[in-house]
Amino acid sequence: MPTDSSAAVGGAPAVLADIANEPGVAKPDPILVASGITRQFGGLTAVDVEHLEVQRGIITALIGPNGAGKTTFFNLLTGFDRADTGDRSFNGKSLKRVPASRIARRGMVRTFQLTKVLSKLTVLENMRLGATGQLGEHFWAGPFQFLWRRQEGEITTRARELLARFKLDAKEDEFAGSLSGGQRKLLEMSRALMVKPELVMLDEPMAGVNPALKQSLLGHVKSLREEGMTVLFVEHDMDMVRDISDWVVVMAAGKVIAEGPPTAIMQDQRVIDAYLGAHHETDITELDAEMVAAEVEAEIFSDMDVLDTRPDKETPA
Amino acid sequence: MDLLTTPFHDAFAPLAISFVLAAMGLNIHFGYTGLLNFGQAAFAAIGAYAMAVAIASSGIPLFPAVLLGILASVLLALVMGVPTLRLRADYLAIVTIAVAEILRLFFTTQYKDHFHARDGVSGFTKGFRNLNPYGDLPDGFLGFSRNDLWVMTVGWAVVGLVCLFVWLIMRSPWGRVVKGIREDEDAVRSLGKNVYSYKMQALVLGGVIGAFGGFIGALGLASVQPDSFNTDFTFIAFTMLILGGAARVFSPVIGAVLFWGLLAFVQVLLSKLTGEWGIIPESIMDREQIGNVRLALVGLALMLLMIYRPQGLFGDRKEMALDAH
Repeated sequence: MPTDSSAAVGGAPAVLADIANEPGVAKPDPILVASGITRQFGGLTAVDVEHLEVQRGIITALIGPNGAGKTTFFNLLTGFDRADTGDRSFNGKSLKRVPASRIARRGMVRTFQLTKVLSKLTVLENMRLGATGQLGEHFWAGPFQFLWRRQEGEITTRARELLARFKLDAKEDEFAGSLSGGQRKLLEMSRALMVKPELVMLDEPMAGVNPALKQSLLGHVKSLREEGMTVLFVEHDMDMVRDISDWVVVMAAGKVIAEGPPTAIMQDQRVIDAYLGAHHETDITELDAEMVAAEVEAEIFSDMDVLDTRPDKETPA
Repeated sequence: MDLLTTPFHDAFAPLAISFVLAAMGLNIHFGYTGLLNFGQAAFAAIGAYAMAVAIASSGIPLFPAVLLGILASVLLALVMGVPTLRLRADYLAIVTIAVAEILRLFFTTQYKDHFHARDGVSGFTKGFRNLNPYGDLPDGFLGFSRNDLWVMTVGWAVVGLVCLFVWLIMRSPWGRVVKGIREDEDAVRSLGKNVYSYKMQALVLGGVIGAFGGFIGALGLASVQPDSFNTDFTFIAFTMLILGGAARVFSPVIGAVLFWGLLAFVQVLLSKLTGEWGIIPESIMDREQIGNVRLALVGLALMLLMIYRPQGLFGDRKEMALDAH
């Protein structure tokens, strides 16, 4: 169903207004392009994505029912798992055989579904670890503090600014392992920003976050877009998808089955079928009566054919 | 034999220093980086053998021989690390324990002209002893010979330098990365760090420190025998590290000193109880059983420590509790 107000929440952003809502559609300025990506686990094809482009500067949601292969696809994109076939390019450069760490340094940084904070490091140390190009991270320079002290100071300043923005500044000296689930999500997201990413990939940012914190997390994700970053996130929380995404990609059974602005996607028949099953509109009472009739029939026939000796056999009413 | 002097003697003797260094290497591997190295004996062995054979068989001077030992331990770390550090942590544990045993059997059975099988390599200490400045000191000062004192001087100086180095590197951004890898290597990878390279650097660093343990042990005993590097070597070093508390600069030092001191104390105490003082009758325990009983008692003490103080003597209980999450 087409919407007339594309500027309103749920509509396509102006830049994608003229784009067809078809899986694999080409976008004007893609930051990430994946094509021909497949990944099999034994006989199961977990991911089989023909073509997908992620537009720069907007928030794209990746949704789909459980087992659709969203997280696997995420891992393949970020280099945490290797695809059987296909390639992807980031800012026009191929990522084939590029290790996950170098992908991150190129500006494509991810978070994890099960939050990975470094428990026995303090919140501030977690943040500092995110900064790239640190001289003191070289073995030969490590013992000589005068070589990296200045840079460490700059990194600390930037880390504190981010912590203040994510309201974690009061916790900077605490072990990350002592934070609550929601605070860990915040820490993970702000730590990813220390890498200075162009594309932020969030794997279920709302999982296990309480409703109060959800709103502020939503705000933080939106602010990433306002700062010019591109966001791609996997999510189950439909409110979040509707509220903040500009574009939605739907996966089911390893394939991209639909793409489009959120309002259009939520009314897309293919998407509803994928979530609820293709027969969800068949009248259940009708189905029931038919099934019962068939069962009764079968029973009568079996009684006629052989003498049923099972005492506990129930006759449907 | 005295209840105080014997433990003191054993706790600071060259053998103790060699274990201090082995445990410090393990602290880099296990305590800071989270690498399960069950073959620290291999690093000590290859260091000791490379140095000893280079001097005894080829007549190479002391310092180049020590460099050769360091080089050998670096190579060993690379050989073990290249195939395993990309895999899950358990694989390194399996490979290291196997390599340590293979090396020990190799030194026992192969190239007998150089390794001299079970008798071990000897006759390589002259160059080191010639440097001994304690010329006028009579043997038996504080219960140590002048050779022992010289080994101890050098050994404890090495321990001090290694402590300083570990402290410097672990407070640096490099230390932060390896500690991050210990907690969750995927998270560190997602932040753009080459985890494999850092794990390799840590394996090499800990291995070289372990090789120094081999040097000091060899110079202290004036011989290198394959059986000093059996699996017990690694596990005693691990015990010392856990006793002190992992991931603290001084804990392997204190842990090793306390462990040897405790072992010697129980030994002396038991022998006095059975012999001189006659408190324990021979029907319960005779002198020959002391060796086993003391290990059992020390084991019991360690179990109690793990139950009531799992973080070790210097660990942080709060940090330990985070593992429960």
